[in-house]
Amino acid sequence: MSVKNDERDERAETTWQTLRRGLALSPELRTGLAATLALALVYMVGRVAVPVAVQQGIDRGIVGGLNLDVVWSVVAITAAILTVTTLCGYLMMRRLFTVSETALANVRTRAFRHVHDLSMLHQQSERRGSLVSRVTSDVDQITQFLQWGGVILLVNLGQLVVTTAVMLAYSWQLTLVVLAAFLPAVLVIRQLQRRLGAAYATVRQRTGTLLGAIGESVVGAPVIRAYGIAGRTARRLDDAIDGQRLAQQRAIRISIVGSSVGELAAGLALAGVVVLGVTLGVDGTLSIGQLTAFLFLVTLFIQPVQIATEVLNEAQNAIAGWRRVLDVLDVAPDVADPGEQGRDLPGGPLDIRFAGVRFAYPGGPPVLHDIDLEIPAKSRVAVVGETGSGKTTFAKLLTRLMDPSAGAVLLSGVPLSEVRFDSLRSRVVMVPQDGFLFDATVGDNVRFARPELTDEQLGAAFTELGLSDWLDGLPAGLDTPVGERGEALSVGERQLVALARAYVADPDLLVLDEATSAVDPATEVRLQRTLDAVTRGRTTLAIAHRLSTAQAADEVIVVDRGRVVQRGPHDELVRDADSVYGLLYASWLEQTR
Amino acid sequence: MRLTAGESVASRTSRDVLGRGLRVLGQAIREQPRIFAVAVVGSVLFGGMVIASAYVVGGVVGEVVVPSIARGQVGVGTLALAAAALFGISVLRVVGIFGRRLGAGYMQYRLQAAYRRRVTRRYLDLPVAWHQRNSTGTLLSNANSDVEAAWYPIAPLPFAVGTLVMLVGAIASLFATDWALALVGLAVFPALFALNVVYSRRMAPRQARAQRLRAEVSGIAHESFDGALVVKTMGREAQETARFASRAGELRDSLIAVGRLRGVFDPLLETLPSLGTLAVLVVGAFRLRQGAISVAELVSVAFLFTVLAFPVRAIGWVLAELPRSVAGWDRVRRVLDATGEMPYGQRVLDPATSGPATLTFTGVHFSYPPAEAHLPGAQVLGEVGFTVPAGRTVALVGPTGAGKSTITSLAVRLVDPDSGTVELDGVDVRELTVASLTGTVALVAQVPFIFDDTVRANIALDRPGVDDEDVWAALRLAEADGFVAALPDGLDTMVGERGTSLSGGQRQRLTLARALAGRPRLLVLDDATSAVDPRVEAAILAGLRSSASQPGVPAASILVVAYRRATIALADEVIYVEQGRVVARGTHTELLATVPGYADLVTAYEQAEVDRAQERTYDDEVAPLPSGLEIEVDR
Repeated sequence: MSVKNDERDERAETTWQTLRRGLALSPELRTGLAATLALALVYMVGRVAVPVAVQQGIDRGIVGGLNLDVVWSVVAITAAILTVTTLCGYLMMRRLFTVSETALANVRTRAFRHVHDLSMLHQQSERRGSLVSRVTSDVDQITQFLQWGGVILLVNLGQLVVTTAVMLAYSWQLTLVVLAAFLPAVLVIRQLQRRLGAAYATVRQRTGTLLGAIGESVVGAPVIRAYGIAGRTARRLDDAIDGQRLAQQRAIRISIVGSSVGELAAGLALAGVVVLGVTLGVDGTLSIGQLTAFLFLVTLFIQPVQIATEVLNEAQNAIAGWRRVLDVLDVAPDVADPGEQGRDLPGGPLDIRFAGVRFAYPGGPPVLHDIDLEIPAKSRVAVVGETGSGKTTFAKLLTRLMDPSAGAVLLSGVPLSEVRFDSLRSRVVMVPQDGFLFDATVGDNVRFARPELTDEQLGAAFTELGLSDWLDGLPAGLDTPVGERGEALSVGERQLVALARAYVADPDLLVLDEATSAVDPATEVRLQRTLDAVTRGRTTLAIAHRLSTAQAADEVIVVDRGRVVQRGPHDELVRDADSVYGLLYASWLEQTR
Repeated sequence: MRLTAGESVASRTSRDVLGRGLRVLGQAIREQPRIFAVAVVGSVLFGGMVIASAYVVGGVVGEVVVPSIARGQVGVGTLALAAAALFGISVLRVVGIFGRRLGAGYMQYRLQAAYRRRVTRRYLDLPVAWHQRNSTGTLLSNANSDVEAAWYPIAPLPFAVGTLVMLVGAIASLFATDWALALVGLAVFPALFALNVVYSRRMAPRQARAQRLRAEVSGIAHESFDGALVVKTMGREAQETARFASRAGELRDSLIAVGRLRGVFDPLLETLPSLGTLAVLVVGAFRLRQGAISVAELVSVAFLFTVLAFPVRAIGWVLAELPRSVAGWDRVRRVLDATGEMPYGQRVLDPATSGPATLTFTGVHFSYPPAEAHLPGAQVLGEVGFTVPAGRTVALVGPTGAGKSTITSLAVRLVDPDSGTVELDGVDVRELTVASLTGTVALVAQVPFIFDDTVRANIALDRPGVDDEDVWAALRLAEADGFVAALPDGLDTMVGERGTSLSGGQRQRLTLARALAGRPRLLVLDDATSAVDPRVEAAILAGLRSSASQPGVPAASILVVAYRRATIALADEVIYVEQGRVVARGTHTELLATVPGYADLVTAYEQAEVDRAQERTYDDEVAPLPSGLEIEVDR
């Protein structure tokens, strides 16, 4: 029991901390909070106005001599009060929704930007889905809660307080009866609410499994068809579908028990109030109107308790969602933009220097060891090596997608960590192997970095790259939609678009990470030659998959097991047949001729 | 008030939505009649008990409280009876709640499950061509959120039906009590009902807009994070954030609009019954003076107005969900009604034949439907004809976008030709049964697809007759046995989304092993070994060219899409395609000598090397300049 208590305290503390952190992050949530709460309080008074009117009307206008004037004035005053409280209700909600939605939209956008500011290590594909949830469903959960459960919670908490106050004013004995009737219900509901939380967690988890299974049946459709395994896939889907349904049914059973307990408590309270109330009435301590009003007040008391399980559960989910959003915002970007304090890269062609660079993924073995390297400006360099030799890491460090664990990368003498991102990203561009395309037209994808470019300029760029024939072969030229992730184009065609996109960005240092790996050899060679021509006077570094790139480069850097083992022009390196490069080249020749 | 043209259209369409929405609900009731009946009975019981509670409270006040206090003496029996009645009604209400909510919940979840099953069954039945016409995102939401939206109004439906019955009962009981109070009821309840209807109608389009914007915000986040590397390397974080922020801002505005509407109607919906209760007090006091009613009746009616307000909202909930439900239902129906299945035939290739199969393309034309209606459909293949003779290895070579992948899809019947035939051992593939077709051919695609399952399941795919021994044999042949053995749980290791992440080459080798495990008589490789070492590729192909039982005799015919000279060299014959047509066929040497396009393609690297050597010689002789830029200026 004590353990459970500790757990609860810990959780309560974290909830409190989450709220504090959340408020600290969105100070706009506090703006006019006092006025909003005051309006809410007035609004709640409206809820007890009718029972009070009933009491006044009965005691002063009906029982013990009908007095219509009294009834009239009680009704008129109450109607006036209701008009005011209704208006306050409107104002309260209007303020609450405007402030909270504005604040949360800001949080959402800030989290989005923050995710982009995180380094690649945090953006790995397996985490991407959950990063998307941080700026979508997690924030949605908070706003949905505030629009429904939050108002109910706020108003009903107030309603409980105001109702209890009025009940106490009428009779403390009857109030005790009501509280006594509800106390066991509250205890049971607390227990149930915990189980309901667990049940909903299962629902969420099974929904995830179901989405995965549906995704497989959609994305894997060709494989399922080709192997005739529709039956097996259907069984997996059915299991996931039924798994989710059973979890949902379990959750609703717990939820129903919760509201039933509240309902029974209400019945118990009503019965208790009548029994004790009549006794008190006979004693003369309670009027008929007061007792009647009590019966009305008890029903007001029921509502909050009945929906408590659901609302509290929603509140918990919303808090958890908020915590996840805040946690993302709390991750300090490990590759940070120096911003205002930073420097700009000097103009003109850029030279590269790696000074004692070491790199290891967190908790992993070193990928690069003590790299010391200088690459003069305007040279065309190819980096080659076996898969896993560290050559891609090389490119990521050079473009500052990651920072070295030790040592520094310098461009024209300026350490990368001191270069403002604005300057870095406009001067240094990398074309990754997976040239991701956005769901837009070919033209829009190419002008991604330079939205001001006209169609004519884009057309000219394709011509310069020798790709105008390919572009003309598309159904609508630059206006051809590329589909989600560019899937309307073949893998090789996507690489062509990605290359054009980098080309029009007009960088001083171009880094190609196996950028043409899926293009046919003739096209690749053609591209290579045109790239050579158009990048004259700039520095290019190509991570090479095919050694044809290395042959064309001014210099080849050979990486093996995280170290630079050879460098020099192709012709020189190839002379030593037993060197790493010599062996790589022999294997390349074996493949290609 | 005159309606503007727009408003009248809107109201007509919303009437239309109401009608169609009710038909969707009708469909739901027809599919789950029993459980719906349980829920409605529960709901009616609950409604009846709500009315009863009002009369018992009134009765207790009028018949127990007033006389007891007036007499100054408690009738213990009457009091106990009153307490028992109040508690008894609560118990019956709980029974009603149980029936209603359990029935409604089970009905909703069962319908969801049933329709998810139907929709995903269609996904499995509909051909790959249909899948290619629909985006992944659309198909995912058809099976998930659209099914959910279609059956969303089911949750409050029994409550709403019970409330309608309760309202009729309440009006009737009012008339039985007193006509004047009944008139108050006739004014208040329909007004409450109308207020709910107006609320839902106004709310529905705002909710729909918010929902649409939520999806768009999510779409931007998905795309932007998937393309994070491009965003980062091009320094477009600020622009991407602006793109996201503008849509998030629209979502914020639409949620505030939803909230403001809520702010207007929620307090009104609460105040209206309160005003009704006040009206009851006034009218009741009059009628009391006239002696037409008792105090008990007055209290009953006042109480009734208080407790009836909440259930009436259930009707509004149902109405509010109808537009979303209809939209979801339409999208679900689109999948369920989609036609164009690719039915399998009845013929079976002679099961006694265990040797390699012959593949024949004759006059095959194929075009993809246009991506968007205004764009022309692209013809991919025209008049393609060739044969892969039994036991032979044929390489399919051609430039990027020539239609090679489409040929592989036709060979394993992922798609059917517009005209012409694809035959296996002389039988049109359209006439074959699924078992015979998939037992004969296997395709390894360009991009490997791994199921979120164990290594064993990914390779065996529950195919009959594929045991662990076969799985290991296939893994050995694909040279994947080494890394699989090193996995933490061997064949039982979970791979795919949730499991171990594999490298590109490892994934390719697993899909290769998957194809080999079925001992196909024709293996189709669509550039499936690009990430595999050439030595491994050669070993795999050699292994296939010699069956285990009869060394030297081929186990399978092979059609392989390739760029690598090494791979092409293993082929008995090369088919060269350009722009969807077979341009030439023959041995590598023949094509190299006679087909310039082919020669350009396969000798591109050598040619580049020769060119470079020449240039260098030229440069050395003419102008040994230090840097590229000056050369450019020089020229």
